[in-house]
Amino acid sequence: MQDVKTFRPKIVAFCCNWCSYAGADLAGTNRLNYPADVKIIRVPCSCRVNPMFILRAFQRGADGVILCGCHPGDCHYSTGNYYARRRMTLLFSMLDYLGIEKERTRVEWVSAAEGAKFAATMNEFVETVRQLGPNKRLEDLRCKK
Amino acid sequence: MQEVMLEKAKELLQSGAVDRVLGWKAGEFAYDITPCVFASAQELEAGFVYNDFCGNNLSKYLIKESRKGGKVLAFLKPCDTYSFNQLIKEHRIVRENVLVVGVPCQGMTDGETLKAKGVKGILGIKTEGEDFVINTLYGDRTMAKKDALPERCLSCKSKKHVVYDELLGQEGDKLDSGRFDLVNKLEAMDPEERFAFWRGELSRCIRCNACRNVCPACSCEKCVFDNDASGVAQKAAADSFEENMFHIIRAFHVAGRCTDCGECSRVCPQNIPLHLLNRKFIKDINTLYGDYQAGEDTVSRAPLTNFTEGDAEPSIVTKGGKKA
Amino acid sequence: MRKIAKEKLGALLAAVGRDKPLYIPALDASGQARFTRWHEGLEMARALNTVRSAKDFFFPQTENLVDFKVKGKQIEIIDPRSEQEDFVLFGVRACDARSFEILDKVFLADPVDTYYQSRREHGTVVTLACTQPEETCFCSAFGIDAAAPEGDAQVWMDEEYLYLSARTQKGDKFLESVRALAEDGGEDAVQRQQEETRRVMAKTPLAGLNLEGFDGEHLNPLFDSEKWAELSQACLGCGTCTFVCPTCQCYDIRDFDTGDGVRRFRCWDSCMYSDFTKMAHGNPRLTQVERFRQRFMHKLVYFPANNDGQYGCVGCGRCLSKCPISMNIVKVAKELSKEVR
Repeated sequence: MQDVKTFRPKIVAFCCNWCSYAGADLAGTNRLNYPADVKIIRVPCSCRVNPMFILRAFQRGADGVILCGCHPGDCHYSTGNYYARRRMTLLFSMLDYLGIEKERTRVEWVSAAEGAKFAATMNEFVETVRQLGPNKRLEDLRCKK
Repeated sequence: MQEVMLEKAKELLQSGAVDRVLGWKAGEFAYDITPCVFASAQELEAGFVYNDFCGNNLSKYLIKESRKGGKVLAFLKPCDTYSFNQLIKEHRIVRENVLVVGVPCQGMTDGETLKAKGVKGILGIKTEGEDFVINTLYGDRTMAKKDALPERCLSCKSKKHVVYDELLGQEGDKLDSGRFDLVNKLEAMDPEERFAFWRGELSRCIRCNACRNVCPACSCEKCVFDNDASGVAQKAAADSFEENMFHIIRAFHVAGRCTDCGECSRVCPQNIPLHLLNRKFIKDINTLYGDYQAGEDTVSRAPLTNFTEGDAEPSIVTKGGKKA
Repeated sequence: MRKIAKEKLGALLAAVGRDKPLYIPALDASGQARFTRWHEGLEMARALNTVRSAKDFFFPQTENLVDFKVKGKQIEIIDPRSEQEDFVLFGVRACDARSFEILDKVFLADPVDTYYQSRREHGTVVTLACTQPEETCFCSAFGIDAAAPEGDAQVWMDEEYLYLSARTQKGDKFLESVRALAEDGGEDAVQRQQEETRRVMAKTPLAGLNLEGFDGEHLNPLFDSEKWAELSQACLGCGTCTFVCPTCQCYDIRDFDTGDGVRRFRCWDSCMYSDFTKMAHGNPRLTQVERFRQRFMHKLVYFPANNDGQYGCVGCGRCLSKCPISMNIVKVAKELSKEVR
């Protein structure tokens, strides 16, 4: 097991194209710091993220997965994030039921204006996952380098 | 009941009201009963059976049967009717081609369950009152019927038919039989224990796909796990991750659609309590989004194709918080 | 023949299991028996048979064949096999013991499957005679004597003793490893037990299963039978029968993308699956009727036609108890025998 001090978690962040990806951009243009361990995957809407995406991210080596979308009510497609909200709630609950650390998954609503929130969320999430250590319970040994 | 059903089937076939009959056929032993489509009175006479071993949920067969043309008579148990309704809602069964005759069910057992209770070499099974008298290679044995029931029937949700055109026998009631007790027990464990429990169970999975193929909610024309282009098509779980993924995704795909018939656990050759995954979703949906029973009707919106503005945030799982 | 007092069973297992991996039937969390690696205190299950057959040890469900690692423009090819160690399977029943003979005909025929071969060479099969057959047993239909199982060494067990006898050199070595616990004798007790078992076996409902007519000569009438549609009508197309079967030997070879290379593995396949033997042009068996037919034709017709009349079934009865819809080889054979007699 890697030392907690030196462990740098791999984080996958699914960001919706309209709000959260723009929020991440804003964090960048404002020169706000957040760890480089966060890898952003842009999706058209938070509801594009299917539970399999989350699991596959863990399989391929992620230690934490976060989904960011427009605030409820502000979805570019009106209702996409409402569906995503239900799906992710149930999925996270199921992961917890299987004994998989619930702190490794998260949903945050980040608008295009919330660069600071994006950076703060990522800083906090990376720290949470760093404390948890490497993902063991949803890893695929074949993908270990 | 078997005689009444047989008469009904023959009568409807003869009058031309139906062209085929979907029911159960006797096998080599007392318990190995196979779902069967009968096309004539002779076929019915030769093999039609309805007893305590007719566990198969027939509704899934109606997806195919109702599209063959002509009308099919389907004998459905209370649990089968929930699946039937759900499949109607999803436009998978052609309703006007099916004549549903509801039949009562007092719980269905099977050879495996009897053997797990230590019965060996079953030659014949007779019913005497509330007991089975089992003739075996090693002598006779009596067992109370209720002691021979599998978990899914002990925690039966309903003996009421939610849909039928005709009903034979007495209608039953919805039951409160503690079907979430085991889910509650698992939730009360700490995560390490839960992880160890599920790892122990799911590691036995041999990816035979029986749970998926028997499931009336798994009615996709092509399953994502059979699609080579999906990147997750597997014939065997080569890593523990794949065992987890298959079962999480399968349970998720039927979440809000699973009627809790328990077929997945019945057919699992490795005795994995798969229904406990589905029941977790059912319980969560009931708690978070209001009570919902899939298959109860054919019009309501399923919980995962619906929302309210005030729904709970996913952080309810990670941090706790108030339920909607 | 040698005998060992039954209370020394633990000592016997310890004597074997201390030096090399030893697998015995033991109950799992769900109360079913499965071959489990022996460890101090592990109790041997008294169940007649394990859920999964013993073929797993020679032909595992998945096995890594070769790894490819990509480094820049180089591809490194890695043989993932480590040296195969000797192991012992204890408590294999007569049906499973015969299944190895069938698998050998497939995997040890030219070209030899070296992965399988190496496990066969290093595995010692110690069989255990049956005493209480189930109604699903029909090994006698294939000329298997449940009271005299094959294998490297045979064991009979009664309430007082285990009786051991070796059939091969590997069996001799096994007996040698437990020599300190054993004494001579037991022929009479074994003979008595065998007579009793054979008497019960003859009373089992499937004992008289007649397979006359299932051979290459009758391939066409069997293949063309109209019964297949009716028999396969309720088939769900799951792989339960195939995966619990001790003689099913079909496999697929697949590549898994590990991110920096490819892991090429072999895994069991099932003729019940929609993508079984799928090729570039598509799938040769488009409906479940054809897939269903393939399974039974292979076991009852093609295999014996190519292997001097040996059927690809050993009558263990696992598919009879595990099929979700209770359709199985016995029902198929009984129904189809009408076509050839």
